[in-house]
Amino acid sequence: MTKFIIRRFLSLIPTMFVIVTLSFFLIRFAPGGPFSGEKVLPEQVIQNLMKKYHMDQPMYKQYLEYLGNVLRGDFGPSFRYKESTVNELIGESFPTSIILGSVALAFALVAGLGVGVGSALKQNKWQDYTAMSFAVIGISVPMFVVGPVLQLAFAMKLHWLPVTGWITGRAGLAALVLPALTLGFPYFAYIARLSRASILEVLRSDYVRTARAKGLSERVVIWRHVLKGALLPVVSYIGPAFAGIITGSLVVEQVFVVPGIGQIFVQSALNRDYTLIMGEVIVYSLLLVAMNFLVDIVYGFLDPRIAYK
Amino acid sequence: MKRILPVLLALMATAALLFVSCGQGLSADHAEFVMSNGAEPTIDPSLLNDVPSTNVDLGLFEGLMQYDPKTNLGVPGIAESYTVSPDGLTVTFKLRNAEWSDGHPVTAGDFVYAMKRILDPATASDYAYMPAMVIKGADAFNSGKDTNFDDVGIKAIDDHTLQYTLLGPTPYFVNMTTHNSFWPLPKWAIDKNGNNWTKPGNIVTDGPYILKEWKPQQYVFMVKNNKYWDAKNVHLRSIKILSSDNQDTNYNMYTSGSVDWMFGISNAKIDQIKLRPDYQTSAQVATYYYEFSVDRKPVNNVLVRRALAAAIDKQTLVDKVTKSGQIPTNSMVPPMAGYTQQQGQGYDVALAKKLLAQAGYPNGRGFPTITIVYNTNDTHKAIAEYIQEQWKTNLNINVVLRNMEFKTLIDLRTKHDFQVARAGWVGDYLDPNTFLDLFTTGAGNNDCAYSNPQYDKDITQAALTQGDARMKLLEQAEDLLLKDQAVIPLYFYANQDLIDTNKWGGWYSTPLGYHPFKYIYKK
Repeated sequence: MTKFIIRRFLSLIPTMFVIVTLSFFLIRFAPGGPFSGEKVLPEQVIQNLMKKYHMDQPMYKQYLEYLGNVLRGDFGPSFRYKESTVNELIGESFPTSIILGSVALAFALVAGLGVGVGSALKQNKWQDYTAMSFAVIGISVPMFVVGPVLQLAFAMKLHWLPVTGWITGRAGLAALVLPALTLGFPYFAYIARLSRASILEVLRSDYVRTARAKGLSERVVIWRHVLKGALLPVVSYIGPAFAGIITGSLVVEQVFVVPGIGQIFVQSALNRDYTLIMGEVIVYSLLLVAMNFLVDIVYGFLDPRIAYK
Repeated sequence: MKRILPVLLALMATAALLFVSCGQGLSADHAEFVMSNGAEPTIDPSLLNDVPSTNVDLGLFEGLMQYDPKTNLGVPGIAESYTVSPDGLTVTFKLRNAEWSDGHPVTAGDFVYAMKRILDPATASDYAYMPAMVIKGADAFNSGKDTNFDDVGIKAIDDHTLQYTLLGPTPYFVNMTTHNSFWPLPKWAIDKNGNNWTKPGNIVTDGPYILKEWKPQQYVFMVKNNKYWDAKNVHLRSIKILSSDNQDTNYNMYTSGSVDWMFGISNAKIDQIKLRPDYQTSAQVATYYYEFSVDRKPVNNVLVRRALAAAIDKQTLVDKVTKSGQIPTNSMVPPMAGYTQQQGQGYDVALAKKLLAQAGYPNGRGFPTITIVYNTNDTHKAIAEYIQEQWKTNLNINVVLRNMEFKTLIDLRTKHDFQVARAGWVGDYLDPNTFLDLFTTGAGNNDCAYSNPQYDKDITQAALTQGDARMKLLEQAEDLLLKDQAVIPLYFYANQDLIDTNKWGGWYSTPLGYHPFKYIYKK
C-alpha cells in the first residue's frame, strides 16, 4: 500500500511538468499578447512593458526562469492586476471557490444520495419517475439558465434571498444558498442517478439475497449491506466531481458575482495574462491530480477486493 | 451510511463556518451610494488604463483640472487658474492651497514627481504616451533616449506654480490635465510602501474621497476626505463600488435596490429597459466603424469601398439592430465645439450600384466573396449580419462573417490581415485630433494601412497651428479620410446608464462617460 502511494505520488511529478511546459508554450503561441488592445500602444511603451516583464528575453530563457520561480512557489506578477502577484490573486480567490464548491458538493451528496436511495427503493413508482425526471432536468439544463431562474424566483419575486451578496459582504450565509444550489444541481442529479442505478444492481446481488435469507430486517439489509456496496461508484465520483465543481464554477461565479478563481480564469486567458493563466492552470491541475490520487487510495479502504499492486 | 451522514453534515457545517468567518472580513457598512463597476485591475494612477479603475480613481484623486459633471470639460481642480503664453507653447498653472489626505500640502513638486514616475521606462505605464505626445522632451525620456528628466518640459517654479513646455500649441492641453496621467502623486507614501502604496492604510489621496477598504474582485469602499480642499461641497458620506461586470446580474441588483447606479445594458434586455424612466442615454465621444485594409483586394479599390459605404442604411441599423440610442453617422469625428464635422458617403443604393459597376463588378458579377472580421459579441454579430444582408440585397455580393476573440482580432488588425474589420474608437480628450491622428501613415492604430501624404501634412500642420486655422486643417483631413473611404463610420456610441435622477442629483449624462462622485448628492 505504502509503495503504491509513493509510486503514484511520484508519477504526479512528470504529469505536472508536462502540463506546465505545454501550457507555457501554448499560451504564448496564441495570437495577440498581454499588451495588445483596441488602442495600440506606442512602440516605446511596449518595449518598456516587455522589459519589465522579462519578455524581451529569448523564449527558452523565459521558460527556464519561470520553471525556477514555480519550483520556489513564485508564480510571478500578474500582467493585468498590476499591483498584485499571481500568488496573491489565487490566494484570495481560491478559498472562496473551495468554500462554494464544498457547500455545493455537500448539498449534491446529501440530496443526491437521498433521492437516489429513495428512487431505488420505490423503483418504477411515481416517486421514482418524479425524482428521475427532476434529475434529468438537473443534468440537461445548464447553470447559466438555472442561476438566473433561481435569482428571479427567490430573489426578485419572493425576496427570500439576495440576488448576490458575496460581493458586498452584507448578506452573510444567505448569499451562499443560491450559488451553491446552482453549482450543486447537476452534481446532485448525477449522484441521484448514479446511486439509484448502483443500489438497484446491489439489491440483485447474491450477498443481499443471502442477507435476506438469513432473516435480517429490510432496514438492516439496506443500511448495512446494500448502501456500503452501492456507495463505491459514488465515492469514485466525488474526487473528480470536487475538482470539476471548483474548476467549473466560472458561470456561477459570474452570475452571482462570487469573487472566486473561476471569475479571473477566463478573463486571464482573454487578457493574455500569461502568468495568471499559468498559475491557475497549475492550481487546477494540482487539484485534479490530487483528487484522483485521493480517490485511488480511498477506494481500497472501501472495497477490500481491490489490491494495490 | 450512518458514518457518512455525520461526515457530510460536518463538511457542510465547516464550509458554512468558513464562509461566515470570511463574511466577517467583509465588514458591514452603510454606503450611501453604490455603483456596479467592472473589476478594477489597479488603482495606481500611473498604471491604470481601463474604465473601472478610472471610475474608482475619480473619487480618490484630482489633477490640476477636474471633469465638469455635465460637459466633462476641464474645470479648476487643484489648479486655481492657468495662463497660456501667446505662442501657445507654455502653460502655467497656479495651484490652490490643497492638502493630501494625510495633511501634506499638495505642491507643484508632486506633479513633477508623478510625471517623472509615469514617464520612467521602468514604470512601463501604458498611458505614458499621453504626456509624451504633447510635452517637450517627454517622449525621449520615456523611450530612454534621454535620461535627464530636466529636459522634460515640466517645472515646479515654486510650491504653487507649475509650468509645462509643450511641443506645439495644443489647445486641448488644459483639458488633458483632467486625465490620470497628469495627476500628482505622494512621493513619501510611494517611497515608504513601494508597490503596496495603494493598499488601504498606506494610500494617500488628494481627491474628495479616501480609500477605506479594497477587496479586489469584490468591492472598493471609500469615505469622504475631510482634508479635500472643497470638502464642504462633497455630499456623499461614502461610496461602494462593486466589481461586478455581469450586466444581467447588475440589472437584477439594480432593480432589487442594492445598486444605485449601473452602466452598460445587455442588448437582449434593451427593449425592456429603455422604457424605464430611470434609463439614461446620451451620445458618447466614440465612433463605431468598419475599416478596410486598403491594400487588400478587392477593397484596395476606392470605388469598391465607396460602393460598400453607400449600400448601408445606418438609420435602420441603429433603429432595428442596436436600438440603444446610438446616432447614425457618416463622419468619423463626433460633434465637438468649434469643429465642423465632415460628411462622408451616405445611404444611396443607386450610387452604390453605379460605383460597383464602375469598379468592374456590374450587379456584383465577378466580385469575390469578402470577409468581415469582428470580436465575439452579440451586438457585433448582429451588426455584421445586418451589413452582410445589406450588401447582399443592395449590391448582390457575398460576405462571410468570421468572429474571433478580441485579442485575435487585434492581432489581425495590427497586421492589416483582413478585408473588413469591426473597430471602435473612444476619444481620449475632447478634440477632433484624437479621432484623426490615428490614420497618419505608419501610426500604430492605423489598422487600415491608410496613407495619404496630404492627410499626414494636414495633421502635422494642425499640431503647429492655433485657432480656427487649426480646425480647418483637421476638417480638411477628415474630409480626405472619408473621400478615400478608408473607414465606414456607422454610428456614435451611446452611454447607457441606469440611475434614478429623481433620487440622486449631480449626475448627468456626459460625452466621455465620466461622472465625478464629488457632485452626486441624494435629493
